[in-house]
Amino acid sequence: MSAPRQYELVYIVAPEATEQELADLHGQIEGIVSRFEGRIDNTEQWGRRKLAYEIGRHREGIYVLDVLTGPGEMVKEIDRRLKVIDNVIRHMVVRVDEEMRVAERRRTEREAAAAVRRVARGLPAEAAAERADEASAEGAEANHE
Amino acid sequence: MSEERGRGGRGGGRGGDRGERERGGQRRTFFRRRRVCKFCVDKIDYISYKDVRLLAPFIPERGKIQPRRISGTCAAHQRKLQTAIKRARQIALIPYVTD
Repeated sequence: MSAPRQYELVYIVAPEATEQELADLHGQIEGIVSRFEGRIDNTEQWGRRKLAYEIGRHREGIYVLDVLTGPGEMVKEIDRRLKVIDNVIRHMVVRVDEEMRVAERRRTEREAAAAVRRVARGLPAEAAAERADEASAEGAEANHE
Repeated sequence: MSEERGRGGRGGGRGGDRGERERGGQRRTFFRRRRVCKFCVDKIDYISYKDVRLLAPFIPERGKIQPRRISGTCAAHQRKLQTAIKRARQIALIPYVTD
Protein backbone atom coordinates (compact mmCIF):
# COMPACT_ATOMS: atom_id res chain seq x y z
CA MET A 1 0.00 0.00 0.00
CA SER A 2 1.11 3.46 -0.65
CA ALA A 3 2.49 5.70 2.03
CA PRO A 4 0.03 7.57 4.23
CA ARG A 5 -0.46 11.21 3.40
CA GLN A 6 -2.58 13.98 4.76
CA TYR A 7 -5.62 15.16 2.86
CA GLU A 8 -8.38 17.66 3.32
CA LEU A 9 -11.80 16.55 2.28
CA VAL A 10 -14.51 19.15 1.85
CA TYR A 11 -17.99 18.05 0.95
CA ILE A 12 -21.21 19.93 0.55
CA VAL A 13 -24.42 18.25 1.58
CA ALA A 14 -27.82 19.32 0.27
CA PRO A 15 -29.38 21.82 2.69
CA GLU A 16 -32.47 19.69 3.30
CA ALA A 17 -30.39 16.87 4.79
CA THR A 18 -31.22 16.00 8.38
CA GLU A 19 -28.83 15.69 11.29
CA GLN A 20 -29.23 11.95 11.03
CA GLU A 21 -28.20 11.90 7.38
CA LEU A 22 -25.16 14.01 8.14
CA ALA A 23 -24.17 11.64 10.92
CA ASP A 24 -24.65 8.66 8.60
CA LEU A 25 -22.46 10.25 5.99
CA HIS A 26 -19.75 10.91 8.50
CA GLY A 27 -20.04 7.34 9.70
CA GLN A 28 -19.54 6.08 6.15
CA ILE A 29 -16.39 8.13 5.73
CA GLU A 30 -15.15 6.94 9.09
CA GLY A 31 -15.75 3.39 7.94
CA ILE A 32 -13.71 3.81 4.79
CA VAL A 33 -10.92 5.54 6.67
CA SER A 34 -10.65 2.81 9.26
CA ARG A 35 -10.80 0.14 6.54
CA PHE A 36 -7.67 1.62 4.99
CA GLU A 37 -6.08 2.06 8.41
CA GLY A 38 -6.09 5.81 8.16
CA ARG A 39 -7.32 8.27 10.71
CA ILE A 40 -9.46 11.38 10.91
CA ASP A 41 -7.32 14.15 12.32
CA ASN A 42 -9.98 16.80 12.51
CA THR A 43 -13.58 17.44 11.57
CA GLU A 44 -15.13 20.85 11.10
CA GLN A 45 -18.74 21.62 10.40
CA TRP A 46 -19.03 24.94 8.67
CA GLY A 47 -22.77 24.56 8.71
CA ARG A 48 -25.18 26.05 6.21
CA ARG A 49 -23.54 28.42 3.75
CA LYS A 50 -24.68 30.20 0.65
CA LEU A 51 -23.08 28.78 -2.48
CA ALA A 52 -21.23 31.18 -4.75
CA TYR A 53 -23.11 29.67 -7.67
CA GLU A 54 -25.93 27.23 -8.12
CA ILE A 55 -25.09 23.55 -8.01
CA GLY A 56 -27.88 21.53 -9.49
CA ARG A 57 -30.81 23.52 -8.16
CA HIS A 58 -29.29 24.31 -4.80
CA ARG A 59 -28.41 27.80 -3.66
CA GLU A 60 -26.99 26.78 -0.32
CA GLY A 61 -25.41 23.77 1.24
CA ILE A 62 -24.02 22.30 4.44
CA TYR A 63 -20.24 22.32 4.38
CA VAL A 64 -18.16 19.70 6.18
CA LEU A 65 -14.39 19.59 6.33
CA ASP A 66 -12.45 16.47 7.30
CA VAL A 67 -8.70 16.32 7.67
CA LEU A 68 -7.64 12.75 6.96
CA THR A 69 -4.43 10.81 7.00
CA GLY A 70 -4.20 7.66 4.97
CA PRO A 71 -3.09 6.06 1.71
CA GLY A 72 -4.10 7.25 -1.73
CA GLU A 73 -6.33 4.21 -2.20
CA MET A 74 -8.44 5.47 0.68
CA VAL A 75 -8.97 8.78 -1.08
CA LYS A 76 -9.88 7.00 -4.27
CA GLU A 77 -12.53 5.01 -2.44
CA ILE A 78 -13.94 8.07 -0.64
CA ASP A 79 -14.07 9.92 -3.93
CA ARG A 80 -15.91 7.06 -5.58
CA ARG A 81 -18.41 6.76 -2.76
CA LEU A 82 -19.16 10.45 -2.50
CA LYS A 83 -19.79 10.66 -6.22
CA VAL A 84 -22.50 8.06 -5.87
CA ILE A 85 -24.30 9.62 -2.91
CA ASP A 86 -27.02 11.97 -4.12
CA ASN A 87 -27.10 13.98 -0.91
CA VAL A 88 -23.56 15.20 -1.46
CA ILE A 89 -23.80 17.88 -4.07
CA ARG A 90 -20.09 18.62 -4.31
CA HIS A 91 -16.89 17.31 -2.80
CA MET A 92 -13.18 17.95 -3.15
CA VAL A 93 -10.09 16.23 -1.77
CA VAL A 94 -6.81 18.11 -1.58
CA ARG A 95 -3.48 16.73 -0.49
CA VAL A 96 -2.03 19.10 2.07
CA ASP A 97 0.98 17.49 3.74
CA GLU A 98 3.42 18.64 1.09
CA GLU A 99 2.18 22.23 1.13
CA MET A 100 2.21 22.34 4.90
CA ARG A 101 5.78 21.12 4.93
CA VAL A 102 6.80 23.83 2.48
CA ALA A 103 5.05 26.50 4.52
CA GLU A 104 6.67 25.23 7.69
CA ARG A 105 10.12 25.32 6.10
CA ARG A 106 9.53 28.83 4.82
CA ARG A 107 8.63 29.96 8.32
CA THR A 108 11.63 28.41 10.03
CA GLU A 109 13.91 29.85 7.37
CA ARG A 110 12.51 33.29 7.90
CA GLU A 111 12.83 33.04 11.65
CA ALA A 112 16.42 31.87 11.35
CA ALA A 113 17.23 34.76 9.02
CA ALA A 114 15.61 37.18 11.45
CA ALA A 115 17.71 35.79 14.29
CA VAL A 116 20.88 36.23 12.23
CA ARG A 117 19.97 39.81 11.47
CA ARG A 118 19.20 40.48 15.09
CA VAL A 119 22.58 39.13 16.17
CA ALA A 120 24.26 41.27 13.52
CA ARG A 121 22.63 44.28 15.09
CA GLY A 122 24.02 43.26 18.45
CA LEU A 123 20.74 42.13 19.93
CA PRO A 124 20.05 38.83 21.66
CA ALA A 125 19.48 36.00 19.19
CA GLU A 126 16.09 34.86 20.54
CA ALA A 127 15.25 32.67 17.57
CA ALA A 128 11.60 32.50 18.60
CA ALA A 129 10.37 35.68 16.92
CA GLU A 130 7.26 36.28 18.94
CA ARG A 131 5.34 39.50 18.63
CA ALA A 132 6.25 40.57 22.16
CA ASP A 133 9.84 39.66 21.46
CA GLU A 134 9.98 41.84 18.40
CA ALA A 135 8.44 44.73 20.25
CA SER A 136 10.99 44.48 23.04
CA ALA A 137 13.79 44.25 20.47
CA GLU A 138 12.56 47.42 18.84
CA GLY A 139 12.31 49.08 22.21
CA ALA A 140 15.91 48.12 22.92
CA GLU A 141 16.96 49.59 19.62
CA ALA A 142 15.22 52.85 20.38
CA ASN A 143 16.99 53.07 23.73
CA HIS A 144 20.27 52.47 22.06
CA GLU A 145 19.79 55.48 19.86
CA MET B 1 18.29 72.89 -32.29
CA SER B 2 18.87 72.70 -28.66
CA GLU B 3 15.14 72.79 -28.04
CA GLU B 4 14.54 69.80 -30.23
CA ARG B 5 17.19 67.83 -28.47
CA GLY B 6 15.67 68.59 -25.14
CA ARG B 7 12.31 67.36 -26.27
CA GLY B 8 13.74 64.14 -27.63
CA GLY B 9 15.43 63.48 -24.34
CA ARG B 10 12.19 63.85 -22.49
CA GLY B 11 10.30 61.45 -24.68
CA GLY B 12 12.91 58.78 -24.47
CA GLY B 13 13.57 58.97 -20.77
CA ARG B 14 10.05 58.51 -19.61
CA GLY B 15 11.03 55.73 -17.25
CA GLY B 16 13.67 57.85 -15.60
CA ASP B 17 11.26 60.74 -15.34
CA ARG B 18 9.00 58.79 -13.10
CA GLY B 19 11.68 58.18 -10.54
CA GLU B 20 12.51 61.86 -10.44
CA ARG B 21 8.94 62.81 -9.95
CA GLU B 22 8.59 60.42 -7.06
CA ARG B 23 11.60 61.87 -5.40
CA GLY B 24 10.84 65.52 -5.98
CA GLY B 25 7.09 65.33 -6.08
CA GLN B 26 6.96 69.03 -6.98
CA ARG B 27 6.09 69.01 -10.65
CA ARG B 28 2.97 66.90 -10.44
CA THR B 29 1.58 64.95 -7.61
CA PHE B 30 1.82 61.59 -9.23
CA PHE B 31 -0.02 58.84 -7.47
CA ARG B 32 2.02 55.72 -7.67
CA ARG B 33 1.59 53.54 -4.68
CA ARG B 34 4.51 51.29 -4.13
CA ARG B 35 3.35 47.84 -5.00
CA VAL B 36 4.04 45.41 -2.24
CA CYS B 37 3.09 41.80 -1.93
CA LYS B 38 0.47 41.51 0.78
CA PHE B 39 1.49 37.96 1.57
CA CYS B 40 5.16 38.86 1.98
CA VAL B 41 4.32 41.78 4.23
CA ASP B 42 1.95 39.79 6.40
CA LYS B 43 4.28 36.79 6.33
CA ILE B 44 1.64 34.40 5.12
CA ASP B 45 3.29 31.15 4.05
CA TYR B 46 0.26 29.09 3.25
CA ILE B 47 -2.62 30.54 1.31
CA SER B 48 -5.61 28.41 2.18
CA TYR B 49 -8.53 28.00 -0.18
CA LYS B 50 -10.80 27.92 2.86
CA ASP B 51 -10.05 31.49 3.86
CA VAL B 52 -12.44 33.43 1.68
CA ARG B 53 -11.71 36.68 3.45
CA LEU B 54 -8.05 36.42 2.57
CA LEU B 55 -8.80 35.71 -1.08
CA ALA B 56 -11.59 38.22 -1.57
CA PRO B 57 -9.39 41.30 -2.22
CA PHE B 58 -7.84 39.50 -5.19
CA ILE B 59 -11.12 38.77 -6.89
CA PRO B 60 -12.59 41.78 -8.65
CA GLU B 61 -16.29 42.09 -9.34
CA ARG B 62 -16.24 40.03 -12.45
CA GLY B 63 -14.91 37.07 -10.49
CA LYS B 64 -11.60 36.88 -12.30
CA ILE B 65 -8.24 36.54 -10.63
CA GLN B 66 -6.59 39.91 -10.27
CA PRO B 67 -3.32 40.14 -12.25
CA ARG B 68 -0.04 40.65 -10.48
CA ARG B 69 0.59 43.93 -12.20
CA ILE B 70 -2.36 45.41 -10.37
CA SER B 71 -2.27 43.73 -6.99
CA GLY B 72 1.52 43.79 -6.68
CA THR B 73 1.67 40.23 -5.39
CA CYS B 74 5.05 38.58 -5.88
CA ALA B 75 5.34 35.75 -8.38
CA ALA B 76 5.67 32.98 -5.83
CA HIS B 77 2.64 34.12 -3.88
CA GLN B 78 0.59 34.78 -6.98
CA ARG B 79 1.08 31.14 -7.94
CA LYS B 80 -0.12 29.98 -4.55
CA LEU B 81 -2.98 32.42 -4.65
CA GLN B 82 -4.01 31.13 -8.04
CA THR B 83 -4.34 27.54 -6.89
CA ALA B 84 -6.14 28.64 -3.74
CA ILE B 85 -8.69 30.61 -5.74
CA LYS B 86 -9.23 27.75 -8.15
CA ARG B 87 -9.82 25.34 -5.30
CA ALA B 88 -12.21 27.72 -3.61
CA ARG B 89 -14.16 27.94 -6.85
CA GLN B 90 -14.54 24.19 -7.01
CA ILE B 91 -16.34 24.07 -3.71
CA ALA B 92 -18.47 27.11 -4.48
CA LEU B 93 -16.90 29.44 -1.95
CA ILE B 94 -16.02 31.84 -4.76
CA PRO B 95 -17.85 32.26 -8.07
CA TYR B 96 -16.33 31.28 -11.39
CA VAL B 97 -18.08 34.19 -13.09
CA THR B 98 -20.38 36.92 -11.99
CA ASP B 99 -22.26 39.25 -14.24
